Amino acid sequence: MTAVPAPAGGLATSPVREPGRTRSKRSSGQNAAGWAFSAPQVVLVGLFVLIPILMAFWVSLTDWRGRGSPFSTGVGFVGFDNYATILTEPGLPRQDFMTSLRNNAWYVVFVVPLQTAIALGLALVLNSKIRAKSFFRTAFYFPTVTSSVAISLVFIFLFTGGGAVNGLLGLVGIDGPNWFSDSRGLLHLAGDGLGLWDASNPPAALTDGGPLGLSWWDWLSGPSIALAALILLVVWTSAGGYMLMFLAALQDVPADVQEAARMDGANAWQRFRNVTLPALRPTLFLVTTLGLIGTWQVFDQVYLISQGNPAKTTLTPAYLSYTSAFETGQWGRAAAMSFVLFAIIVVLTTVQRYVMRDKDAIAEKKAARAAQRRRSSSSRTTFFHAGR
Amino acid sequence: MRHPIRRSAQAAVAVATLSLAAACGGGFDDSAEQQDSGSASLTMLIASSGDAETQAVQAQVDAYEQESGNTVDLQVAADLSQELAQGFAGGNPPDVFYLDASRLADQADAGNLYPYLDQVDDLDDFYPNLVDAFTYDGTQYCLPKDFSTLALEINDAAWSAAGLTEADYPTTWEELSTVAQTLTTGGQTGLVIGDTRDRVGAFMTQAGGWFLNEDGSEVTTDSPENLEALQYVQENLAAGSFAYPSAVDAGWGGEAFGTGKAAMTIEGNWLVGAMEADYPDVGYTVVPLPEGPGGAGTLSFTNCLAVAADSDAQDAAVDLATYLTSADAMTALTQDTGVLPSRQSLADAYLEQFPERQAYVDGAEFAQGPVNAPGVEQVLIDFDSQLGGLATGDPQAILESTQTNLEQAIGG
Repeated sequence: MTAVPAPAGGLATSPVREPGRTRSKRSSGQNAAGWAFSAPQVVLVGLFVLIPILMAFWVSLTDWRGRGSPFSTGVGFVGFDNYATILTEPGLPRQDFMTSLRNNAWYVVFVVPLQTAIALGLALVLNSKIRAKSFFRTAFYFPTVTSSVAISLVFIFLFTGGGAVNGLLGLVGIDGPNWFSDSRGLLHLAGDGLGLWDASNPPAALTDGGPLGLSWWDWLSGPSIALAALILLVVWTSAGGYMLMFLAALQDVPADVQEAARMDGANAWQRFRNVTLPALRPTLFLVTTLGLIGTWQVFDQVYLISQGNPAKTTLTPAYLSYTSAFETGQWGRAAAMSFVLFAIIVVLTTVQRYVMRDKDAIAEKKAARAAQRRRSSSSRTTFFHAGR
Repeated sequence: MRHPIRRSAQAAVAVATLSLAAACGGGFDDSAEQQDSGSASLTMLIASSGDAETQAVQAQVDAYEQESGNTVDLQVAADLSQELAQGFAGGNPPDVFYLDASRLADQADAGNLYPYLDQVDDLDDFYPNLVDAFTYDGTQYCLPKDFSTLALEINDAAWSAAGLTEADYPTTWEELSTVAQTLTTGGQTGLVIGDTRDRVGAFMTQAGGWFLNEDGSEVTTDSPENLEALQYVQENLAAGSFAYPSAVDAGWGGEAFGTGKAAMTIEGNWLVGAMEADYPDVGYTVVPLPEGPGGAGTLSFTNCLAVAADSDAQDAAVDLATYLTSADAMTALTQDTGVLPSRQSLADAYLEQFPERQAYVDGAEFAQGPVNAPGVEQVLIDFDSQLGGLATGDPQAILESTQTNLEQAIGG
């Protein structure tokens, strides 16, 4: 996450590494000192993060029922049965897990772009010459530092059938839904509205089959209205925090480059597109990565507001894993779910990293390496010839 | 969302704590070593509805400490099932704890419970179907501390406004449909019931059906009786005379009833306390649930005082559990908490004090307890989520999928 290349567009020139530098005794001594200084942290991380993760992985391979230690002799090793139950074997456990993945995927698809765009927009506004800047900065950041419990409770009241949101919608003549108990999918409704299909009588082509225990119709439902309310809540809460990151990055965009672009006749949009945005690339990467990881782990809002209801449309893998373990005592299955979730996050973050990589910087690096190779091979040749 | 890194750190720490608690709970293969005779120190974990209940329990526990010389550390859980899970995983569970009947089979199957009913002398004073709710696989595990049943609550003002009299209190499904239709006017729905098995299930028992057969050995969800029950509820939902709380913008049946959005609701005796606290001005009458084609039926909800298999003072724990369910203690504990005494011998005295709770107590004779089989919770949650869409759904398909899932859960 941190190894982000320098911004492209010639804003900074990456230093060319000095050729042919080898490790000296001094640097290996520094290595030992480095390890010594980081040892306490390494031990702590190992003890409280690494070992528990390995233990949880062991639990995911057993039929442990939550009594005594999962390492005692009475606990049966079942191999990858728990993974098979939630991934390959037809049945309710897989259906539940796939439903939760479906919900969470739609949630990510809406939350990450929305919160990133809004955060960037707010940061741009705050970075311009407006009055009462610090007031707005505080106002936008406020939801982020407020307890999610308090915010969730406020949203429950805002979004009840007779709540403030429906009151406002009523003013413009819209009869608002009963948000947190409405399980209709947004895409189903949109398709119905456009006349693509009849939501109460979906096309057989979509309902008849589909991958992994859910029909195509279910996969393509879009977020339910209840989940949409959660999406609004989360975007509202988190945009302010990411805004601050963008704001910090914006203030680092060199003014002279902006000015140069202006001298070259670039208009506001061109300056944003070709100067500001490339300079924000590392921050953009950071924000989307943090957003992606955070949204795949959504738990507290579901726990507080909807508990997976209505009709399981707000069930998420993290919440399902929690209930499987603590409510129904299926610890192995719950642990397996969290490892599948972990794998999904790792894969998606890797893909995202690949997609958002800085092609110019990579090309530059490659060129530098090639140049270095050429130089060192030529120097070796010289040495060889000299030796002769 | 807001701080993903901090959140994963929290999660990691939570996992770490739990795993370490599990690993360090006194070695990997610890068996419960009993405390030596003499005074024992016990821990007791309860879920409490509020200060009144906590203080009532504490008073009884204090009395027990005086009498026995044992010490009891009474803890009130914020989330009972989670705190129990941590106790079991750490090998150091509370000695005595509340256990809901719906959780019994899972806990018994995992070997977490110490059955002690063979040490109880006056077991036949407890309602047999409550004891059955705490019997799994032929073993009777723990003593029911109290119970609740469902009944039909009727708003007096709405009832007389519709021109109905006491003679019209519904005793059959047909009569219930009729009065519900009569009572449905403008902003008022005839009957509002929760959209879960804990309410709709009552109609299943009245039709003569249930999820499992009597001894819990066979899944009988996909039966004509259950279908009849779901179809009955569906017809009335479609007619608009029945509604779920969410449809009238209420959190539960009691809220709809108290605010006048419902003329009738089906709730348990906990409604009495809720009405007193939140809607003291609403006059209402409690009558037994109407009979269906299969006769009278209601559901019971009960907690027992369970003793942990890993308790290191099992004898003292059993002692405490029997003390707290003795006639004297039970009389005191069912005083202010709105629950019914689980001893048959206490029913008369209780009804003398609370005559308006007759319909709840009467239900005890035939009330159906929760589904008593391990590993079925997710299936029942799924059933509930399908009930949410019953108005436009296919009852047959709901029962079929639940039948399949239950068979899979119980068989596997």
